[in-house]
Amino acid sequence: MMEKTFTIIDEAGIHARPASILVQAVSKFSADVNLEYKGKTVNLKSILGIMSLGIPSGAEIKVTASGEDENEAIQKVTEVLEKEGLAK
Amino acid sequence: MSQLLTGIGASAGIAIAKAFRLEEPNLTVEKKEVVDREAENQRFDRAIEQSTEELEKIKEHAAKALGKDKAAIFEAHSLVLSDPELINPVKDKIIQEGSNAEFAMKEVADMFISMFESMDNEYMRERAADIRDVTKRVIGHLLGVDIPNPSLISEEVIIVAEDLTPSDTAQLNRRFVKGFTTNIGGRTSHSAIMARSLEIPAVVGTKTALKDIENGVPLIIDGQEGKVIVNPEPAVVKEYEEKKDAYETHKAELAKLVDKPTVTEDGCRVELVANIGTPEDVEGVLQNGGEGVGLYRTEFLYMGRDQLPTEEEQFAAYKKVLERMEGKPVVVRTLDIGGDKKLPYLTLPEEMNPFLGFRAIRLCLEMQDMFRTQLRALLRASAYGNLKIMFPMIATLEEFRQAKAILLEEKEKLQQEGAAVSSNVEVGMMVEIPSSAVMADTFAKEVDFFSIGTNDLIQYTLAADRMNERVSYLYQPYNPAILRLIKTVIDAAHKEGKWAGMCGEMAGTEGAIPILLGLGLDEFSMSASSILPARSIISRLSKKELSESIEQVLYMDTAEEVENFVKTRFL
Repeated sequence: MMEKTFTIIDEAGIHARPASILVQAVSKFSADVNLEYKGKTVNLKSILGIMSLGIPSGAEIKVTASGEDENEAIQKVTEVLEKEGLAK
Repeated sequence: MSQLLTGIGASAGIAIAKAFRLEEPNLTVEKKEVVDREAENQRFDRAIEQSTEELEKIKEHAAKALGKDKAAIFEAHSLVLSDPELINPVKDKIIQEGSNAEFAMKEVADMFISMFESMDNEYMRERAADIRDVTKRVIGHLLGVDIPNPSLISEEVIIVAEDLTPSDTAQLNRRFVKGFTTNIGGRTSHSAIMARSLEIPAVVGTKTALKDIENGVPLIIDGQEGKVIVNPEPAVVKEYEEKKDAYETHKAELAKLVDKPTVTEDGCRVELVANIGTPEDVEGVLQNGGEGVGLYRTEFLYMGRDQLPTEEEQFAAYKKVLERMEGKPVVVRTLDIGGDKKLPYLTLPEEMNPFLGFRAIRLCLEMQDMFRTQLRALLRASAYGNLKIMFPMIATLEEFRQAKAILLEEKEKLQQEGAAVSSNVEVGMMVEIPSSAVMADTFAKEVDFFSIGTNDLIQYTLAADRMNERVSYLYQPYNPAILRLIKTVIDAAHKEGKWAGMCGEMAGTEGAIPILLGLGLDEFSMSASSILPARSIISRLSKKELSESIEQVLYMDTAEEVENFVKTRFL
């Protein structure tokens, strides 16, 4: 299993548009990818799951991936979060 | 049987087409036990597939009509339809409990909707509406009920609705939507203003259109007279076809005035400019011979999205307008939001009296980061044309001074950063609160110009909510009280060598033009479609004669008396 921690820097937190891009990117992998925030874990392939956390700016989130392509999945998540100016 | 409905003519012109009802469908769902669970599961899959296809079409259309940015929300909608957290629980209910698909879908959707609605962030609460929107589509397919969608219209229609929201109007395709009629609304309601800027005929406030008009029946709407004819007799259709031709010929006559200056019969010049909401509206201004933009309502930049527009986004929009106007004046009103105009991502408390509350400049002076971002974008754009900035809802001189000081601070910062900023940006204010009209002589010493916002000035002076149909008789542009305030403002401006304009609906009204001209108004700002008719009226009026005789209207007893006087004497 792979995991990585991020800090959300976008002023609006994780809102619909970047969440959509994230879900689309992650759904291509076979690995199970989850996002953890404040003790709650949601499926990163679920837009409702991500949105339901209401992740604000400044939040610490943990992304975990397990499965054959877990490395690539985490790498993709990092890439998207940075490219969208969402997290560092 | 032919039937006549009357309402308020909100946008001139005649449309003849079939009715298209845009209404909330009945999606009542009952719980049933299904026998063939596998078949029910497949029925659910099919509904999801059909809904996804529909959303794709809406997304494509929205991208073409509104730009990729605005279409992004539909991307999120299609992801909801493939969301395992939504789909799997529905399937479980079907397969394991034998629930019918629509009931299972509704149960799961309601769970998510109440979860989002209970979140403590306004933006997230708004997302509940997205989930409702998407799942409604699926339930519609399961029940075999059509969900009307204005962007999917592909034949010529007239829309019939309770009211049209800004997002409904944004999705209308002008090629197919020939006109619309609504149950509620008045001449100044949002849908009416949009109809005039889209130049499609509209009749609003019919009260019963949605009850009386069935889908697909032939309709005629006359946006001048405020008439809707349902199921017209062939002879009536013929009569209106002729009227429509006559109207279009008249329009073509007016079109000859496009490149002419606005001059009175005795050779006095005034400026006829347009009200716009988006950079796209500039095309309409130029086509209608506008001599500038008298009111650029910037709030549309902030609406229909999920976060504040950045400085760059705003800069691009302002620059586009200024460049397209090629040196003609462009008066930009800073953000006028709050009260009844809400932004989903700005959490503002509910107010008892939104029109008297925390809005426009009041809000900007408090939320200064947001205000400064807009001012910076404007100042940077000033290098590309003839920009004038005005502040909305100024009630006291302190407010104007404070807003102007912030503007000057940002200007200095930009200059230090080495940005190009024009050195002759005029700074003015809207006069829409009676206190500022009364005190216009004091304001005139510090502002570069006034722009009278009559819609609000009338509602504040007569204390009548302009959205409330029961007090709409008090919406009286010709009330001598209003005319005296207007005169006070124009005289105060001229005494200090400043100019006075008007950007309310009144400036483009046939009956008001002679009065305003006689009182000395310098700039008339109106819907683009009113410019040419106004130019034609002005060309037949003598300013000298008007200024000698018009003052008597200030001393008349009633609005009706004024209106009759103007009509018989000057039109």
